[in-house]
This record gives sequence, structure tokens and C-alpha cells, in this order.
Amino acid sequence: MSKTLFDKIWDAHVVSTVENGPTQLYIDRHFCHEVTSPQAFNGLRARGLKVFRPELTTMTADHNTPTIDQDKPVKDPISRNQLDTFAKNAAEFNMPLYYPLGHDKNGVVHIIGPENGFTQPGMTIVCGDSHTSTHGAFGTIAFGIGTSEVEMVLATQCVLQTRPKTMRINYNGKLGAGVSAKDLALFTIAKLTTGGATGYFVEYAGEAIRNMTMEERMTVCNLSIEMGARGGMIAPDETTFNYVKGREFAPKGAEWDEKLAYWKTLKSDEGAKFDLELDFDAADIQPMITYGTNPGMGMGIQESIPTLDQIDEAGRISFQKSLDYMGFQPGEQLLGKSIDYVFLGSCTNGRIEDFRIFANYVKGKKKADNVVVWLVPGSWGVEKQIREEGLLDIFTDAGFLLRQPGCSACLAMNDDKVPAGKYAVSTSNRNFEGRQGPGARTILAGPLVAAAAAITGKITDPRV
Amino acid sequence: MEKFGTLTSTVVPLPIENVDTDQIIPARFLKATNKDGFGDNLFADWRYNKDGSPKADFILNNPVFGGSILVAGKNFGSGSSREHAAWAIDGYGFKVVVSSFFADIFKNNALNNGVLPVVVSAEFLAEIFDGANKDPKLTLTVDLENQTISNNANGKSESFEINAYKKECLLKGLDDIDYLLSKRELIEAYEASRK
Ligand code: SF4
Repeated sequence: MSKTLFDKIWDAHVVSTVENGPTQLYIDRHFCHEVTSPQAFNGLRARGLKVFRPELTTMTADHNTPTIDQDKPVKDPISRNQLDTFAKNAAEFNMPLYYPLGHDKNGVVHIIGPENGFTQPGMTIVCGDSHTSTHGAFGTIAFGIGTSEVEMVLATQCVLQTRPKTMRINYNGKLGAGVSAKDLALFTIAKLTTGGATGYFVEYAGEAIRNMTMEERMTVCNLSIEMGARGGMIAPDETTFNYVKGREFAPKGAEWDEKLAYWKTLKSDEGAKFDLELDFDAADIQPMITYGTNPGMGMGIQESIPTLDQIDEAGRISFQKSLDYMGFQPGEQLLGKSIDYVFLGSCTNGRIEDFRIFANYVKGKKKADNVVVWLVPGSWGVEKQIREEGLLDIFTDAGFLLRQPGCSACLAMNDDKVPAGKYAVSTSNRNFEGRQGPGARTILAGPLVAAAAAITGKITDPRV
Repeated sequence: MEKFGTLTSTVVPLPIENVDTDQIIPARFLKATNKDGFGDNLFADWRYNKDGSPKADFILNNPVFGGSILVAGKNFGSGSSREHAAWAIDGYGFKVVVSSFFADIFKNNALNNGVLPVVVSAEFLAEIFDGANKDPKLTLTVDLENQTISNNANGKSESFEINAYKKECLLKGLDDIDYLLSKRELIEAYEASRK
């Protein structure tokens, strides 16, 4: 019988099936960070349990960390306590892969995984963070879990999951000039809405996806959760294998050959059935921005916000509430609107390629005086590459500073908060009320639109 | 985990769609290292002014409404996977959340904490909002064993779906970890088979 990529990986990881219930799924790689894990370690302690397979968990501090002066003690005592607790748990449970602040492998969990070769095709991957879907770019089943499930994985290397439905989205043809992976993702979420893929695992396919680099594929898979999907995935190919090869934790020698032969079988068979299949023309996608308070409220940068009569009745209260929060009017166009902050970073757009795109645009130009710009690399690995490739000089010449790695203004748990009422063009993934600080107004966009905003101080179409 | 049987309660209506977990519990409250106290910050940015005083127009601050059932607009719990959202809802004292649609991870997290998410039709939901508006004393009855939810104001009932295994867990107060720990041998056998 023909199988989808999802079926192949899922079936290879079933330990047992609960009668009338979920599947017990074996997890190959667990990523762990300081915010969603302390209560899980407490749970182990309360039950008197050890971590079952410590070498299969990678720990990094990223959510609640400063992006300056990381060599000094963390100022906020509650944040510091959480980081200390993370360190204590790593030591007490003998966790061998622990990357605290300042470690050269430290960084945003979904960036350091692929970067160090932890993420490999065919795996099941979980983390107490919804953007775990990022790793699906390598042809993995990767999804976010809650803290109770983190405890389950630590205790048994398994989770109980109900098998999701499958969806394939095909993007035919090529993306236009100045249109990025982020735009493709925001376009898709705007079409499907934030709940449109709930209950599904999505496979992204088609020419536009095949042409993408691994960095771009990670951006696409990262945003799967924003349309409600459990996760997103892309079949591995030469681009994937070339990326993985030679990374520290990737297989080597004979093991590499053996794994590679298996990885090459990881694609949806001809005639495999999906519960839902959608098609888009890549040429229809424009640079995107969001205008509301969820990632589904997006539009082409040249377009106007919908008017009330375009919104179905049950949704009007929420729509109006959202625009009130943003300080926008129905029917308004946002092009040329003045903004206050720009954030380049996060597990969505904090990889080297994003910094290259940004640098390429700002080269030889000057930062607008009216904007505060935070350039936050996703990891120390990315930071190093930024220096080595000479991007730092470009940033400095244009008037930008580079900060230290972490989640930063993506969720504003640290000091990188956008003040109430201010507008931020952000390459992160969520424009929820208060996500970037209480009262902050977030406009999601790709790295190129962010670069243009940083130079002009306004919402600007980078193509013109 | 506490056992769940049948519950009759007044409701707190929140007719807003796409309530994400960042609203349920904002990120700055996630610095704790245990599960206690999140209920105080449930919906913090909607509930409190900057100086910490309650916002009079938010439903949780309206003394007319109360009870252990939260009723929310469609696509409740989207966004971040933070289980803190479930702890906040549970900590506040809600035992049931009713909506016409839930985000996946939230649903799991709620169930893992003994909070029952009940999916009802859009019509049933609208009738609860209408009814509670007219009479805040409106009650719902949720019967897990029979998988029914009743609006005691208009006498209408609906049945709701729940995975048989999860239902059993809730009725008995068991959690997934207990189950998985009992399967250790299977896990080791699986690992051996892959070598
Ligand atoms: S960058 Fe943002 S979305 Fe990504 S892991 Fe950090 S907080 Fe989560």
C-alpha cells in the first residue's frame, strides 16, 4: 500500500497502541529549555524516577535569557532562579547535553538542533515548545508538547499521541523576486486561518519548496503551528543530506551510508492518500505583513485591511477588538505607515540566511533614526558566521548593533520588550496581544520587509 | 489527578474567538519553577490595569458571573504549547472549558491536568452566550460518563466526543505517566529491535 512520508515515520516509531486510545510513540530526540521543563523534573523527583535516556535530550537555555552582558549574572532574580534550576536539574539527572548561557552551542532550541546535527531525517522529535515543527524541514515528525508530556519523555522516552490527519500543500511554480519563505508561510496561514490545519500534520511539497534552502524550509515548517497544525514536514532530498553531512552529531562513516540509504526512502509514495490536499501558485504570493493580533490576519504588503462586511458575523467582535488593539481601521492600507521597532531573530528567522538577506538590503544604507532595531542571532553558531562572513561590518556601517543569541523579543520574557502602543515590524512568529511586551503592536514580516522598515522607518515594499 | 464525574455549575462567558495561550497566561509569568499560583494571573492583561487594579469591564471581575465552567469563542487555546495555560485555568478553579473548537496542544494539556475541554456546536455555544447574558444564573451540566452537556436554561443537550482512553483516565484520576511507566518492557524491546 502506498504510504505518505508521515505514515512511514509514524509507523516506524509505534511501541504500542492503547485500546480505543492513542499511540505510544517512541521519541528519538527531545529538546528541552528552561521555561517548560522545571515542573517536569519536579514530577520525576516526586515519583522517585531517573531520566530514562539522558543522551537523547538536548538542553539549552534560550527563552528567559538576556541578549546583552550574558557573561554577567542575570539581573532579574526570578529569571536567574529559573536558569539556576535548569542547571541544577541538568546536574542532578546527569544530563550530558547541557548548553547553558555562554556555551558555544547555546542558542534558540530550534536553531541549535539542526546546526549541530541533532536533527536528522526520519526522526521523531519533541520539545516543550510549539515551534518544534521547525525540525520537520528535515523530514521528521516534530511537534510541540506540554510539560506533562516533557515529564513522560524524560521518564520513558515515549509520548501518547492520537494519530493526526494528514494534509499536503503543493506550491507550484517559483516564488517571485523579493518573496521569501516567510511570505509563503504567512500567505498560507492567511488562507487557512489560525485554526485551519488543526488536527492535521502537513507535508509541504512542490517546486517552490524543492527550490528552498534548508534555512527557508525551516522557516516554512516553523510556522505550521500558526495555522493550528500539529506539525509540518518536507521530504528530505540532496539539499537536506548536504546540510546534515559533517555536522557534529550527524552519523559518520559506514553509519552515514546506512542512514542515507534509509533517508532516501523517506518520501510520500506515488498515489499515497492524504486527508486533504491543497494547491497554491507560488507566483500569487507577495511580500506579506500582518495587521491584526493573530498570524492569520495577514495580507500582501500592497493590500488593505479587510472591511467589516468582509468578516463573518461571529468573528466581528474579535476582528474589531484586534484592530482597536493595533490602532488600525478596517479598509486601511499600511504601506508608508511609520513604525518604531524592528526585530530580526527568533526560531522563525534567526538563521544565517536571514541575516544575509537583511545585510544585503541594508548594505551601504543608513538605519532610520526613528527606529530601534534589535538584531538577535539565533545561536552563537549564527553569530560566529555573521562575523566570519563580514555581515557584522555591514551592520555596523549602517548603524546597527548585533545582540547576543536567545529568543529575545519573540516572547519578551527578558528585557527586550516593545513599549505599549509602539509598532514593531518583527520577523518572529506571533503577533498576539502583548506577545512582545504589554501593549506592544506587532506586525509580522519576513527579513527583507524588516530590513526595508529598518532603513526607511516605515512599512515599505522592499521590491520598489 | 482528581477524578471527574458530573458537574453542574454556572458559567463565565468569554465570547471572544482565537483566545491564544499568551492571553491565558502572558509569557512574563512563566518564570516560576512549580505549578502553583498561575490562577492569579489567568488572563492577566485583560484582567488587571498596569497598577494591578482589576479592570472593571473584564468578565472575571464582574461579580455577577462565576462558577467552574469557562465558555469561550471558537479556537480556544491556540498558539504557544505552554501548559501554564492549563495550570492557570485549573488554578483559577475552572474544571471545564466549553467552546466550539479547541487548539490541539491546549486540549491535551487540559486533559493532562484534569480539566475537561468540551466541544459543542456553534449553535449550542451561541445559546449559552445569549442565555447567560439574559440570566447569569444559567447553569450547564457536564456528564463525563454519558458524554453529555446540557444547557439547563433551555433544556437542550448535546453529546460530546472524548477519546475512550482519556475518558477512563479522567474518571479514575489516572495520568499518562502511570500508563507509560507500566510499559517499560515494551519500550526496551522496541529499542532492541531497532539496533
Ligand atoms: S524564538 Fe520564540 S517561538 Fe522560537 S522557541 Fe523562542 S520563544 Fe519560542
